[in-house]
Amino acid sequence: MKRRHFLALPALAAVPARAQTGRFQPAQDVGPLVRKLADGMAPAEGGIEVELPQIAENGNSVPMRIRVDSPMSAADHVLAIHIIAERNPRPLVATFHLSAASGKAEVSTRVRLAGTQKVRVLAELSGKRFRIAQRDVLVTSAACLDESL
Amino acid sequence: MNTAGRTLLAALVFSGAATRADIIAPKPLKSGIEFQGADVQALQRDEFANPGMLWVTRGERLWKAPAAQGPACASCHGDAAKSMRGVAASYPKHDAALGRVVDLEGRIRACAAAQQKREAPAWESEELLSLSAFVARQSAGLPIAVAVDGPASAAFERGRSLFFERQGQFNLACTQCHDRNWGGTLLGERISQGHPADWPAYRLEWQSLGSLQRRLRACYFGVRAAQPAFGSGDLVALELYLAARARGLAGAPPGGAQVAKIVHNPAGPNYNGSQPRSDRSRSQRRGTTQDKKNKRVDSQARADRSESLVRA
Amino acid sequence: MMIGRIQAPPTVRKGEPFEIKVLVQHPMETGFRRGMNGQSIPMNVVNKLTCTLAGREVFSAELGSGVAANPYLAFFAVATQAGEIVVEWSDDRGETGRLTAAFTLA
Repeated sequence: MKRRHFLALPALAAVPARAQTGRFQPAQDVGPLVRKLADGMAPAEGGIEVELPQIAENGNSVPMRIRVDSPMSAADHVLAIHIIAERNPRPLVATFHLSAASGKAEVSTRVRLAGTQKVRVLAELSGKRFRIAQRDVLVTSAACLDESL
Repeated sequence: MNTAGRTLLAALVFSGAATRADIIAPKPLKSGIEFQGADVQALQRDEFANPGMLWVTRGERLWKAPAAQGPACASCHGDAAKSMRGVAASYPKHDAALGRVVDLEGRIRACAAAQQKREAPAWESEELLSLSAFVARQSAGLPIAVAVDGPASAAFERGRSLFFERQGQFNLACTQCHDRNWGGTLLGERISQGHPADWPAYRLEWQSLGSLQRRLRACYFGVRAAQPAFGSGDLVALELYLAARARGLAGAPPGGAQVAKIVHNPAGPNYNGSQPRSDRSRSQRRGTTQDKKNKRVDSQARADRSESLVRA
Repeated sequence: MMIGRIQAPPTVRKGEPFEIKVLVQHPMETGFRRGMNGQSIPMNVVNKLTCTLAGREVFSAELGSGVAANPYLAFFAVATQAGEIVVEWSDDRGETGRLTAAFTLA
């Protein structure tokens, strides 16, 4: 019984072990990217609501909803929303362009997250104003595995 | 959660040769989605956002598209909502013309070759998956009702025998996980009862729709056994036994995305366990009281996990 | 043949934001994966998606490999007149897709 047990465990673990090889990469410094997107300005914290699971069951698809406080009027609205994932090989996940015709600064999508990390949301508002928010996500199964059979 | 503490350990230690023919179905029958986390369940329920529905959409188009030298599916079968209602729930099924039991994908391939006069779409091709997803969708909410007697009996017996046969380098049989240890955990994954009700299914691991045969081949890989080829008699026989074992199960509730089940990586460390794997392995090898305690912690962590999906 | 799904209310109120949901069938290939033959699979993602309402752009997105396969997007728009919602997208290979949905004003 002990022997069986001993044999079974490393073998069962082999699937994830194979998948783990070279899977993770360390968080990158996304400061320069944020500065570039924010036109060199320091974005203010807050004013952005980010819905993201604290624990993502699968990094291949993590649901995300972003809501930016804004009257969305012709004079004062959200122009762009960027999603930045510091541990993804390409940290800029997506950019959404909005206008007063959007009516509401709210966007939902599903993102890939290559491991547990901080996800930042940067918003550009009328008059070259920028806001930023960040959320920690624990990813329990990393994305970007090759699972072809 | 009654068996949440149980693991593969129990499977290996306590499972005898469970070949009794009367063991057909786990009680109560639970669909695979019930073993998933809250956000995956929500994704499957969302009939619009469920990515599997894209294959249904494509399948509907293919259904109506005439073949180069033959009719469209719709030319003979008409409105799928009527003609295909309940059909998928009766597969795998013995086909008199072919002289063997085929699953839904096999039936679609045979129809393409014989009626549409074209090369049968390849196993696991986007075309075949789209068509089978579309046809299977017409049985959403209907209970599985396969025939296992008459000309189907040989395949059924073969499937049952495979289900209880220890295979591969791990020397494991389907029954050890899916009859005796469902609800328990295997690494980070909750073990389901192994029902075919929701297939074909969109798996986040695959980032695509896939067939039940693909999933079964993954199980063969999991126990380090030689994988039967797509379309082989063994896979179809196993599909038939699984269907018989799940008879009466309707899968997702009406309106749910039954053909587009979304599950997460069964092999991955998608686990918020309280100790690193190496420690777990050690304690599992010892099988100590500490081990049992850890298992409880693990199941608690899992319960906490599902509760903690607070949208921050 | 690009496949997508769109969901929007058939009738909307003038000046009141309403939600448009879009789902596009696409592998969003990252370029980091290898196939069974060991060859790397080239990157191919839907890189751009735009939505117009009666001819006026209300939303656009630039997507990267960090967006999940079979991308899902939901966003809001305000209508000033009845017309058609048109969603168009293109991927790295230059393939394009298009979805439309008509709506009327309440």
